[in-house]
Amino acid sequence: MSQPKTIFEKIWDKHVVKRADGYPDAVFIDRHFIHEVTSPQAFDGLRKRSIGVFNVNRTTATADHNVPTKDQHLPIKEALSRHQVETLRKNCAEFGVELYDLGHPFQGIVHIIGPELGLTLPGMTIVCGDSHTSTHGAFGNVAFGIGTSEVEQVLATQCILQYKPKTMKIEINGKLGKGVVSKDIILYIISKISASGATGYFVEYAGDAIRSLSMEARMTICNMSIEMGARGGLIAPDETTFNYIKGRKFAPQGAAFDQAVEEWKKLRTDDGAKYDTVLTFDAADIAPMITYGTNPGMGMKVTDRIPTANELKELNEQVSFKKSLEYMGLEQGSQLLGKAIDYVFIGSCTNARIEDLREVAAMVKGKKKAAGVEVWVVPGSKQVQEQAKKEGLDKIFEAAGFELREPGCSACLGMNEDKIPAGKYCISTSNRNFEGRQGPKSRTFLASPLSAAAAAITGKVTDVREF
Amino acid sequence: MSKEKFHKLVSPAVPIAVENIDTDQIIPARFLKATTREGFGDNLFRDWRYDGNNNPIAEFPLNNDAYTGKILVAGKNFGCGSSREHAAWAIYDYGFRVVVSSFFADIFKNNALNNAVLPVVVSDQFLNELLETIQRDPKTEVTVDLENQFISFNGKKEGFQINAYKKTCLMNGYDDIDYLLSLNKEIKEYDLTH
Ligand code: SF4
Repeated sequence: MSQPKTIFEKIWDKHVVKRADGYPDAVFIDRHFIHEVTSPQAFDGLRKRSIGVFNVNRTTATADHNVPTKDQHLPIKEALSRHQVETLRKNCAEFGVELYDLGHPFQGIVHIIGPELGLTLPGMTIVCGDSHTSTHGAFGNVAFGIGTSEVEQVLATQCILQYKPKTMKIEINGKLGKGVVSKDIILYIISKISASGATGYFVEYAGDAIRSLSMEARMTICNMSIEMGARGGLIAPDETTFNYIKGRKFAPQGAAFDQAVEEWKKLRTDDGAKYDTVLTFDAADIAPMITYGTNPGMGMKVTDRIPTANELKELNEQVSFKKSLEYMGLEQGSQLLGKAIDYVFIGSCTNARIEDLREVAAMVKGKKKAAGVEVWVVPGSKQVQEQAKKEGLDKIFEAAGFELREPGCSACLGMNEDKIPAGKYCISTSNRNFEGRQGPKSRTFLASPLSAAAAAITGKVTDVREF
Repeated sequence: MSKEKFHKLVSPAVPIAVENIDTDQIIPARFLKATTREGFGDNLFRDWRYDGNNNPIAEFPLNNDAYTGKILVAGKNFGCGSSREHAAWAIYDYGFRVVVSSFFADIFKNNALNNAVLPVVVSDQFLNELLETIQRDPKTEVTVDLENQFISFNGKKEGFQINAYKKTCLMNGYDDIDYLLSLNKEIKEYDLTH
């Protein structure tokens, strides 16, 4: 018998085209997603070398980071943004890459459209010049974010040079409590192990609490793997995965699908396979979560008090902690519950899938947002937007005073005009609460779509269990 | 394509004693709209360097004339967050060739190495001593010797790890694509059979 392997090792080893002494592995990439922000310099590199894209069939492009979420049918107003999207168009046309441009029925946030279209499949290696590529790992594949030089490598050679990361298993067992959703699970894990706790590792999420989750919920978890420093995160595929994939546009169909499923079933960690690190958590310990600081590790149960600097061991840590709270305009040891908020952002590749919108709609149906609070619902893709309309969610949002916009990254990173003004508090379903992430001097509380929806109605940080 | 080569650097250093510096701080998203690699240095640490009216914030080390040099020294978990290579370009474009910290985020480390910026990982203790020393005496010369893999200042010295392949690339100005392009035949074969 060959040595037992983790699912990660199985996929990685299968994709190594060349392993040579003194070199990192040359790893073949099955699927490459590109977008307007991190690709222009890579295409320039190809031009300088006078080479083309290695295999255009393995490359898919969309415009998401820098696009307006209103009036997408009109030319982009801001000159630099327009130029960047036009550059993507030009590059895709010149190199023969399929582009789901603004207005295309498949356009959307790159990590939302891949799974939605069946481009993201189990067992694959997937990269994109974006750190949240880890999202795709929910399907049981090796997916990770890369820089632009690496985008160029993959365009040119369909391979990437990488050292094999260490492996970590995070197991969550037990039953989730009321009002606790997958976003809370991942915010909880990050708060426990810190924003750098998984650096150098590729994570596998396991345990019955993970198994019980829908594909959408699994994607939310894998999405934020990078927020604890991990290279990526994956979940072994199962019936939930296969059912999600079945019938999707680019997924194998008919007999080919059944055959694929047989192969995908082998994608699991062998008994006795070793991880470099194993962490176990109890689902019952997880409550609705919220972040209070300026990195995703600074999170707590929504009913907890913010820690005090004295509780931190190191002096440097204390200094960074104080700086963070000062930025957020919050007091050590205080509670966030009941804190007034100004904006609610429901969107991003973490939580802007149809299931997220449905959950929010179910919660706010027949209710109205609090006066003075601005609520943006930005669907993750054109398909999500259309589906939401089909189901009448748009009407529910409208009646609640929520603004349903057009798809894109939007206020997740504030690259387009969707910015939270300086000093304002935003409860956001996105993944990063860094200083200025949602706009210069903006203040972000990360939370689940349920917590965000509840805050939209009450106008303050709310415990969904009491809502 | 060859890049700038790196052997040894002796220079004063600039301290930013903050932990978990994410790439959104190094280069905020609104400056990622360019389609070339140049010119990002002006916006390096933009929101820590300038206030809302574009006036330099005096306390920030990059605005303090006492601090000069090609070495940036920063708190642990440097470069976390977004994979934007623009962060490495901004650091390079500003003139830094080395970043010293006790811990780097993965993607940033790769991006730096791919852009002739050497990330040097030191112990927490060495980092703290170095930060304190530069803050006390900004003229302190720091030596970073890639060939012999050590960093030193004022007689204090610590070795650092770098993987052999990346070391060769940096010292010779090689780039990963050259190697991958040489595997073209094997890759084509793999592509056809998988
Ligand atoms: S939604 Fe946010 S995190 Fe996701 S790809 Fe866009 S900018 Fe990145």
